[in-house]
Amino acid sequence: MSENLEVLYKQMAQSIIEGEAEIAVELAQKSIELNMHPLDTITKGFVVGVNYIGDQFGAGEAFLPELVMAGEAMKAAVAVLEPELLKLGEAREMMGKVVLATVEGDIHEIGKTLVGTMLSASGFEVTDLGVDQSAEKIIGKAIEIDAQIIGMSALLTTTMVRQREVIEELDKEGLRPRIKVMVGGAPITRDWATKIKADGYSEDAVGAVKLAKELVGKADR
Amino acid sequence: MQPKLLLLDDELIERILDEAYQLLLKPGVKVNNDEARDLLGTAGAQVDKETNVVKIPEQIVRKALESAPREFYLYDYEGNPTVKYGGDAVHFDPGSSGIAMLNPETLEHDTTETQHLIKLIKVAEQLAQYDAQSTAVVCHDVPQSIQDSYRLYLALLFSKKPIVTGAFTNKTVTEMIDMLAIMAGGYEQSKNKPRAIFDVCPAPPLIWSNFASGNLIALARAGIPAEIVSVPLSGAAAPVTMLGTVTQHTAECLAGITIHQLAKAGAPIVWGGAACIFDMKKGATPMGAVETAMLDCSYAQVAKSLNMPTHTYLGATDSKLVDAQAGLESGVTAMIGALSGINMISGSGMLDFLSCHSAEKLVIDAEGIAMAKRMLAGVKLHTETLATGFYDDKINFKGGDFLKQKITMKLFREEQHLPSNVINRDSMRDWKKAGSLDTFERAKLMVDDLLASYARPELDSAHVTQLHAFMLDLAKKAGVEELPTLEDFQFT
Repeated sequence: MSENLEVLYKQMAQSIIEGEAEIAVELAQKSIELNMHPLDTITKGFVVGVNYIGDQFGAGEAFLPELVMAGEAMKAAVAVLEPELLKLGEAREMMGKVVLATVEGDIHEIGKTLVGTMLSASGFEVTDLGVDQSAEKIIGKAIEIDAQIIGMSALLTTTMVRQREVIEELDKEGLRPRIKVMVGGAPITRDWATKIKADGYSEDAVGAVKLAKELVGKADR
Repeated sequence: MQPKLLLLDDELIERILDEAYQLLLKPGVKVNNDEARDLLGTAGAQVDKETNVVKIPEQIVRKALESAPREFYLYDYEGNPTVKYGGDAVHFDPGSSGIAMLNPETLEHDTTETQHLIKLIKVAEQLAQYDAQSTAVVCHDVPQSIQDSYRLYLALLFSKKPIVTGAFTNKTVTEMIDMLAIMAGGYEQSKNKPRAIFDVCPAPPLIWSNFASGNLIALARAGIPAEIVSVPLSGAAAPVTMLGTVTQHTAECLAGITIHQLAKAGAPIVWGGAACIFDMKKGATPMGAVETAMLDCSYAQVAKSLNMPTHTYLGATDSKLVDAQAGLESGVTAMIGALSGINMISGSGMLDFLSCHSAEKLVIDAEGIAMAKRMLAGVKLHTETLATGFYDDKINFKGGDFLKQKITMKLFREEQHLPSNVINRDSMRDWKKAGSLDTFERAKLMVDDLLASYARPELDSAHVTQLHAFMLDLAKKAGVEELPTLEDFQFT
């Protein structure tokens, strides 16, 4: 790898770490002008930044605004590079399709939105339905886009039971294990996830990415 | 706008000063030091040679107040001015001169030795909330006659921060002035950029003891800052009323400043203290009582009416353990001290009426100080519009909208204090996963981390060698051939 290229990749990672969407977009455009392969640009440049900030967050060194801004910068950079990939007849290896929702009766979604941002930044195609979503709507959307994962959040102990309803409905329709279910939210524990037969749970957005990768069989080595 | 706590109106402050001046004439002040009495007598005070009581007229005091500096700095080892005495600047340092340290495993109050003081210095060195070190505990493993100097010796070896110290004899204060000069590269340098300040305590009521007066004079002449620590005890060694106690405190400070300025006009001096109520049930001196903090806030207002630099003793507790009482007394009183705009607030880390120190408490208190400092920073105006500018066309009416704003990333650290791991904001589930630790257990972990991450400051090796030789010489004169071994240093 030439030294210039090395420097450019570092700048890309840095733009994500600093949450500088404009700079990330400029660097993505520059990579196109330089005829760099968009996949290399993503995996050797920008993704390094996302992974770094994720690790920092996990270690308590980075904070939520930094995590979110990094995710947003990543999305902006990928948006520039994706048309180029299509032109080349290739697509970025999509990790998988995810439907996210906060369950019926619950309107708390900051955590779920964060999960969405981080999943997109990590290569998942995310459809975020928002808050107060019935089992019917969530499952309907998952079938419509052929999602591999449904992610559900709940902040309240009174609404977390709705997660179980969605899972029971999926089982009834025979949609599992085709569709995996991950759950999250403040009151959600491993015990709860096991009890309602979810495929996994995570305590934060960084863990959710790791879990989603595992669920689609593309875990980090 | 720095928020401020005021307990006295201007009229009351005037009355306090007026009655303090009256006290200096009747009953007068007992000055048990020949030279101090001579200085006062020569200046025009009436000296009773039988009783050592000196009646000090107002004009002598006013002249002393005129020459006392209104502002000065303490400097770190590198010569940076890091502690400002004057105005409403607020700094914190660990409490001084404890005789015991809480053993975090046995919960016993262990008699302090070299290792304990080094541990406290290493912890405080890495906590930004402490703007200065203190000579925190007495080291009982060296002879008593060198204990003052030895504490400063360790602080000079293990820290770069300014040091709040003190001496219990005239001999040791002179030695300590010499030690500061060694590390500064000369007496002039030490005077021009003072590294340390010395607490000097009058005895209540209205007594300037022989050694305290002598220390005031020695420090003034050396140009090394002195901090008057007047300790009236409401209801025992001072009037039972707060206003009476503050008035006596005022008189004791005025007398001290007068002696000090007569020895050397213009020398730096601080209006300070450890005023305290007297507990009528236990006969104790509760440092964590709210009335104690109210006394300090009040006397600081008196000092500020004269534009004098200020000091106090708050942020300590009377509890024997680092428990809920320790947390609430230390936190509440640190906040009151900060809101009073007191320049140096000593006492953090201390338990049991200022007799016992705790490294664990130091890291917990650092969070209380951080809260107090955040409060002092006030509610800031950061943006042109207060709110409307935040609602751009990217607003989706979702809870996370503002997390995606660049300005959030830019400003959240200024708007919010980011606490250390001592403060727990985990979910119940995360907290359990981390071992269900309480504050004290978390503090123990943080102390371990700080001790592991401590790096000895880089000091001029010639100065270090000279300082060690000086200290060893003092030890030999005190009858011991060796000083306790310091793991971090190898002296030949």
